[in-house]
Amino acid sequence: MMRDQKLWTWHLAAGVVILILLGLHMTIMHLNGVIVLKGLNPAGGHPIDWGNVASRARNGFFMVTYVILLGAALFHGLYGLRTLLFELDPARWLKRAISGLLLGGGVALFVIGTWAAIVARSM
Amino acid sequence: MLASKGHPNRLGIWGWLGGGRWGAERYLYTLHRLTGLGLLAYFLLHILVTSSRALGEARWAQAMGAVSGPMFKVGEYLVFLAFAFHAVNGIRLGIIELGFGVGRPIEPVYPYRTSLDVQRPIAIVVLVVAAVLVVMGTLNFWVLE
Repeated sequence: MMRDQKLWTWHLAAGVVILILLGLHMTIMHLNGVIVLKGLNPAGGHPIDWGNVASRARNGFFMVTYVILLGAALFHGLYGLRTLLFELDPARWLKRAISGLLLGGGVALFVIGTWAAIVARSM
Repeated sequence: MLASKGHPNRLGIWGWLGGGRWGAERYLYTLHRLTGLGLLAYFLLHILVTSSRALGEARWAQAMGAVSGPMFKVGEYLVFLAFAFHAVNGIRLGIIELGFGVGRPIEPVYPYRTSLDVQRPIAIVVLVVAAVLVVMGTLNFWVLE
């Protein structure tokens, strides 16, 4: 399998992971009035109220799935953006610069998000 | 991705957006890209804003205060709409990509049948499911909250 075929396969696989985990996230955050999932907003009120945020942050399931979702969504989104930009057929050096920039930015955001998920668990 | 043979993409940005006479599915693809870009832009900021929870309640309240107000609520609603479409249409693209829902190859005998005879109903189902999600989200955002 060629390199870009592998990356495209990972792009699809990440899409499936995002579908499940972001679906759960969106249900908790934005469909909480229509679909009530017991125990996920234990403090009541809005899902972003501190009591609910801290409760989910301390939960091991959420810590792990946040990190998985973070990695999958960063890869899926940034690889998608790279594909779009490459369609304009940029010069070879520019392709390398775009790939490097997206990879560097993605890794930096992954580190920040993972740090937050781990630190927030011990609050 | 195939290596460039030295032919520049003459369509430029129009190549991203325009579907020409390729039909409705091509425009769903365009919308998939636009919603994807919107979701990505939101997501990158979302990581930075929500990471403030690791710094405690006061910093969380400060971060949430910075992104509150009617403009942000409308923006968040648009993100939900983009999610509803992108997620459901993504399932359709995955099904087509893997060769399902394309139909079996047949001899071109009049009256001609194309893979669109199979794909178009899937596209309609996608739009209906996305519409149901949009209704649920709209209720949640503007009536129940």
